[in-house]
Amino acid sequence: MKLPVYDVLIIGAGIVGAACAAACAAEGLSVGIVEAEIIGGGATAAGMGHLVVMDDSEAQFALTRYSQTLWQHLSLELPPDVEYEGCGTIWVAADAGEMRAVTEKKQFYESRGVPAEILDSHALQEAEPNLRIGLPCGLLVPEDAVIYAPCAARFFVEKAQSRGAQLHLPRVVTEIAPDGVRLNDGTSIVAQSIVIAAGTWSAKLLPGIDVRKRKGHLVITDRYTGFVRHQLVELGYLKSAHSLTSESVAFNIQPRKTGQMLLGSSRQFDKDSTAVDHAILSRMLARAEEFIPDLGHLSAIRTWTGFRAATPDKLPLIGPMPGYENLFLATGHEGLGITTSLGTARLLVDQLLQRTPEIPAAPYLPGRVYENVHA
Amino acid sequence: MPDAISITVNGASVTVPSGTTALAAILSTGASTVRRSVSGAPRGPLCGMGICFECRATVNRRRHSRTCEILCAPGMDIRTGDCVRERVDG
Amino acid sequence: MASRSANFDILVVGAGPAGIAAACCASESGARVGILDNNPRAGGQIWRGHQHSDANPDARKWFDKFAAAKIDFLSSSEVIDQLENGRLIVQSIDAQSIDEVRELTYKNLIVCTGARELFLPFPGWTLPNVMGAGGLQALVKSGLPISGKKVVVAGSGPLLLAVAAHLREHGADVRLIAEQAPWHRLVRFGMSLAFEKTKLAQAFAIKRQLSGVPYKTNCWPLCVNGDDKLESVTLRAGDRTWQESCDYLACGFHLVPNTELAALLGCELRAGFIRIDENQRTSIANVFAAGELTSIGGVDLSILEGQIAGYAASGQAASAAQLVPQKRRLDRFAALLRETFALRDELRSLADAETIVCRCEDVTLSRIRHHSSWRASKLHTRCGMGACQGRICGPATEFLLGWKVDSIRPPIFAASLQSLAVAAAAHTQEHLMLNEESR
Repeated sequence: MKLPVYDVLIIGAGIVGAACAAACAAEGLSVGIVEAEIIGGGATAAGMGHLVVMDDSEAQFALTRYSQTLWQHLSLELPPDVEYEGCGTIWVAADAGEMRAVTEKKQFYESRGVPAEILDSHALQEAEPNLRIGLPCGLLVPEDAVIYAPCAARFFVEKAQSRGAQLHLPRVVTEIAPDGVRLNDGTSIVAQSIVIAAGTWSAKLLPGIDVRKRKGHLVITDRYTGFVRHQLVELGYLKSAHSLTSESVAFNIQPRKTGQMLLGSSRQFDKDSTAVDHAILSRMLARAEEFIPDLGHLSAIRTWTGFRAATPDKLPLIGPMPGYENLFLATGHEGLGITTSLGTARLLVDQLLQRTPEIPAAPYLPGRVYENVHA
Repeated sequence: MPDAISITVNGASVTVPSGTTALAAILSTGASTVRRSVSGAPRGPLCGMGICFECRATVNRRRHSRTCEILCAPGMDIRTGDCVRERVDG
Repeated sequence: MASRSANFDILVVGAGPAGIAAACCASESGARVGILDNNPRAGGQIWRGHQHSDANPDARKWFDKFAAAKIDFLSSSEVIDQLENGRLIVQSIDAQSIDEVRELTYKNLIVCTGARELFLPFPGWTLPNVMGAGGLQALVKSGLPISGKKVVVAGSGPLLLAVAAHLREHGADVRLIAEQAPWHRLVRFGMSLAFEKTKLAQAFAIKRQLSGVPYKTNCWPLCVNGDDKLESVTLRAGDRTWQESCDYLACGFHLVPNTELAALLGCELRAGFIRIDENQRTSIANVFAAGELTSIGGVDLSILEGQIAGYAASGQAASAAQLVPQKRRLDRFAALLRETFALRDELRSLADAETIVCRCEDVTLSRIRHHSSWRASKLHTRCGMGACQGRICGPATEFLLGWKVDSIRPPIFAASLQSLAVAAAAHTQEHLMLNEESR
């Protein structure tokens, strides 16, 4: 039995897939979405909803900055349950040795039009009284924000549906065929173009692409309004995200609109279990306490884990898959899927419509890595 | 353990029999509201056994303590109204 | 009370009737037995406050055994996590030692975490002075003055009668008991008690204590009225609805098991309870379960299961085997309880769109009911994401919407970040050396 024909079929209704669906539908394309379980599940559900501009590479900067601007414009339209909060990020230097990195970071941002302000030790204490006294400095990036991602994903799906998009849930794609996909209920969906936005499940759908699970841990506290006012990230976070070693932790804390605090972060490869890993949790909490000595007194309600979809060069895969006529990827976003969902969606739709994108698409093309992988 | 215990509830001195929980002490002052919900509605205890978390108050400066499970001890300081909008003491 | 050691042959979690019986029987073998409970004294819910009273002969007998046996009792303690099989992390909730964390090791574990009340949402149920039936009783036992106060007891289950009797004993003006079960089922239940001498005696005792208090069946609360606290309850019985003004509403709709710890350990569930074999062994070889955790069967079954588990876990197989046949009779009672106090369909319509279902996060029924599952609702509305981690709203949504509540994550109860850190660090150490005497 065949189902309707779509211009675009999006596999995965995490925030990336959902944003892609909304962008395609907004352009008048007929859109189908296939989701195995829950809208905004997967890494979207597990992670921190941090909207952040990154400086670790020009390509990462371009995509995150582009996306952040899109989020800012969208923020006025977002419903309350998305909890958009323009709290900004403070990148915290752990010691005097990192002060230079702070200055370089500021220069990087400012020369590219991103407002950033160095907070000296005193200003840092004023901005965040619960940070350890004696931290040398920090960099405030006021235009960064936080959201509650699962509701943002739902908002995007609803936007797409209001333009005629159809949601097939719960359905699992069992096979990608030249003209569409086969589902676990035996039916098929025909589509002109197929987009794999399945996060850590992408490699299952398309064996041969290198998207690996990178496990992370999070803890959420009870409500302590005002304990932390900005998203606080240690400068060492980038080292952790880029690390080639198997395991790393980095201090990262986010105040939610509710007054609860989300505490991270950890990275591990080659872990398949969703169980909380005590050893790395211990390291993560110890690292956090180095920045916020009073953290120990806070009541923690729950700990959980999630898997980021990681690529070897740390950049996502956005664009046509070489060797296929109609297959596109929008996956591999590691820890930046929530931020870059909007930029990804625009890049994807521009490529679908063969328009010039607003930022160069080359760094994210699957073609940079794969040539005719198709067997 | 003395038969009567002196504690403070919201700054006022209260004497309770030994074996009284912090929650019972709060309620014995005549208050029914122990905390405010996330949207500010008045709340009191529900389950009495440490599961519902509706009895949370600040005990000896420790916020979000489940008062139904805590026995009063001499000098205990109890403050109610862990309002969402309340800021943590410095 | 501090424990003398952190290493046990048998560790019992929960010091209600099942746990006390389990610990006593296990210690007959000479094994090193420890037991912990989140209360300052043993007794759990049903024997709360009975440690030094003669009111209940069964309780008295078991408390005396408990005191005489060499059992380490860790009071005011909660299990928050498991490091691995055989190693648990426990936190203190006593004010003097709050947030202190210790590691407990065991060869065999007996989980007796009991049950909690099922709370159904209805308009006004979140107002102060609306509590569980067991909830109000627990509060009175821990020092709440109730003399002269008007109380309506409502919901379902034999607990309502026990609570009403106890409140009356303490001077409360119990206005009525509203039982949702239909009259004919209760008659059948009462008649079956006639064959149990002790139960019959208990029933008559309660009847005496409650003389003059109306006991209405086919009766349930529709809503609670009041501004910032309960003023009155609107009740329905058949065609009639009326308002009953009162100071407290003690309302609970029977019991649901506290399966969280056992589930975290990986024990399999069946029909919402921890699955056990005839020796009370769970799907994990060295973990046993006893009491209301395995089925809601009342105190006699809990004690029997505790005894079997205590004997079985400590290698006293013959003693366990001797008791197993007695389970059959008491299992029948559990089945009778289930049938008698099954919740009627009308209770599904009590909550309206604006009724709060998740109290921790103030999520109303209208926001959750169109979701397809517990998990989807949790993710999109925060229902179940608050401090109680779905213990109150979970069972309610199972009844109202047919959802299955899943996913237990540590900490089992909210714990300080420092406690989590100490616990997590302990995993990589041989044993967490917190107790001087265990060095």
